[in-house]
Amino acid sequence: MTSTTHDAQDNIEPEHNQADHHDDHHEAMPTGIKRWLFTTNHKDIGTLYLWFSFIMFLTGGAMAMVIRAELFQPGLQLVEPNFFNQMTTVHGLIMVFGAVMPAFTGLANWLIPMMIGAPDMALPRMNNWSFWILPFAFAILLSSLFMEGGGPNFGWTFYAPLSTTYSPDSTALFVFSVHIMGMSSIMGAINVVVTIVNMRAPGMTWMKLPLFVWTWLITAFLLIAVMPVLAGTVTMVLTDKYFGTSFFDAAGGGDPVMFQHIFWFFGHPEVYIMILPSFGIISAIVPAFSRKPLFGYSSMVYATASIAILSFLVWAHHMFTTGMPVFAELFFMYCTMLIAVPTGVKVFNWVATMWRGSISFETPMLFAVAFIILFTIGGFSGLMLAITPVDFQYHDTYFVVAHFHYVLVTGAIFSIMAAAYYWLPKWTGNMYDEKWGKIHFWTSVISVNVLFFPMHFLGLAGMPRRIPDYAVQFADVNQIVSIGGFAFGLSQLIFLYVVIKCIRSGEKAEAKPWDGAEGLEWTLPSPAPYHSFSTPPEIK
Amino acid sequence: MEKAESNKKLISMLIAGAIGMFGFGFALVPLYDVLCEQLGINGKTSSTASSYQAMTIDKSRTVTVEFMAQIQSDMPWEFTPEMKRMQVHPGELIRTNFKAINLSTEETLGQAIPSVSPGQGAAYFNKTECFCFNQQRLTAKASAELPLIFFVDPDLPESISTLTLSYTLYNITDRGYVDAIEQGAAR
Repeated sequence: MTSTTHDAQDNIEPEHNQADHHDDHHEAMPTGIKRWLFTTNHKDIGTLYLWFSFIMFLTGGAMAMVIRAELFQPGLQLVEPNFFNQMTTVHGLIMVFGAVMPAFTGLANWLIPMMIGAPDMALPRMNNWSFWILPFAFAILLSSLFMEGGGPNFGWTFYAPLSTTYSPDSTALFVFSVHIMGMSSIMGAINVVVTIVNMRAPGMTWMKLPLFVWTWLITAFLLIAVMPVLAGTVTMVLTDKYFGTSFFDAAGGGDPVMFQHIFWFFGHPEVYIMILPSFGIISAIVPAFSRKPLFGYSSMVYATASIAILSFLVWAHHMFTTGMPVFAELFFMYCTMLIAVPTGVKVFNWVATMWRGSISFETPMLFAVAFIILFTIGGFSGLMLAITPVDFQYHDTYFVVAHFHYVLVTGAIFSIMAAAYYWLPKWTGNMYDEKWGKIHFWTSVISVNVLFFPMHFLGLAGMPRRIPDYAVQFADVNQIVSIGGFAFGLSQLIFLYVVIKCIRSGEKAEAKPWDGAEGLEWTLPSPAPYHSFSTPPEIK
Repeated sequence: MEKAESNKKLISMLIAGAIGMFGFGFALVPLYDVLCEQLGINGKTSSTASSYQAMTIDKSRTVTVEFMAQIQSDMPWEFTPEMKRMQVHPGELIRTNFKAINLSTEETLGQAIPSVSPGQGAAYFNKTECFCFNQQRLTAKASAELPLIFFVDPDLPESISTLTLSYTLYNITDRGYVDAIEQGAAR
């Protein structure tokens, strides 16, 4: 077992030396592509995940550009409606499963062992595998776009019968790619749980864990609970379409509404999978730049756990208009609103942490503050959508699109960018260019609001989502939205520039470049040595 | 060594959890049907004929019953209710017809799936005879009167004053043929 090898290393390796930058000598390391193909090192795998996620972010972003270009004017000008539908579908799938989730797994790989004082993840070989099956999953998904009949065009939620009776021939490829993504996520989650439970340094008790570790532990349990349900759902779609079963086909005794119940039983916890690690990131960054300890640590842990439990009781708020009985609508409405309580606790704690702090606004803090404000806007529009009677008006309009982009782009993705800026000095050993980081922040935060805020008004005025054409009265606002979209897309190239520049050059970073930062990762030199904490650190 | 042991134990628990949840996803299918049936919430009417015993007809109350007929896009039939809406008293036995015409030049097999709205009313909508209990076969260009005999249970909650019965007709020529022959032989 790998962990025993590490135990053996503990005995022969000298005590870790702060100044020793050449800690990576004790194993002949393959070079070139083989280093990355065969690596079992958590830092390498974290890097692979993060780059993969960024490539997928740009791929999914390019699809969003196609969508916004088509919607720049009413009428059909650039793409066929069927291709437009493939763009909305694959944009959603790539951003959810290719950009946000692998980015969090990458951060988990890089950070969790360093934060808990472990030498590596608990299951390094499975770690390699859970990353390397991902490019295949997305190659399969993307290749289906070039096949006869086109790729998936039924929305990322693949409602039956759109995905069964009416779907293109390539649907089997969509199903298999989702299977592979699911396996990757489950393996990643198992690795995280085992690492956190069994690999903590002596003295790292549960209530001393950094919140990023806590939120990821809870996220991992959510992943293990719901990714198999997603796998089951796509399997039912597969057999309904190709093998004559009738899970979702009324003609054979099935029920298409049941698809929505099963899908959202996965889908709602999934949205918390994409936001809980963000909460952990923000809970690390806000105290560091406020130079105050986090306000209400234990309430943060309990709030995260409550959100995770409640996430299993709210799925039907996605389907208020399917003709549910009133008592069910009320139940799901109240449960949904209840989630605002633990989320409110978190926002309150972040604001209380900043209160009377000695705050400085470096790029990570700017993204963190923007996260708190803009994620809260997304939370409020979520509360509006939770109100059953008004949801009948908002359902399937651009209001919903505005809502989930506020929580996913200015929520999840902003937190990932905040994390990247915050830990880049630790990863690369160089400081990023603060000037360009700030330019990236300001262009992003302005354009993202030009992009998504007017969508609220489009939705309230009745513009439906997932359409390539629209009524002329929506033209002006759609042009503003598209301009915001192009600007936001271009701004992300600045991020790419800053990251590459930081890897190649830049001022050398100290072990702890942020004076208010807390945590074991900052006790390691920058860049973090290839093997760290081979001897467990002392925890006070 | 101890660490490897406890890793193994935890991993097998987590994998068992994941496999269990995969199974749970499929268990949701029968669970959904049972829950819907027990709570009477998704508008599915009974798929077997109910028997009508002489009961007091509640003349003081009138319920509007509406009929809708839809066809799935690949079904080459015309399918319409004889009456679009009628006023009935709870307890009264009513007969009405739907008309089906096969517009194609091939023999086609259809299955009608009923659904009642509001969903809670489904349990009170009783059919003693319905074409939806069987598959329907029409030869090329043929037409048929499809009978429906039903009564509304007098226990129908006061809050429901209109019941809409909607049929969707599915083309099952490809998959239902063998069953249909067996069904015909049994009859």
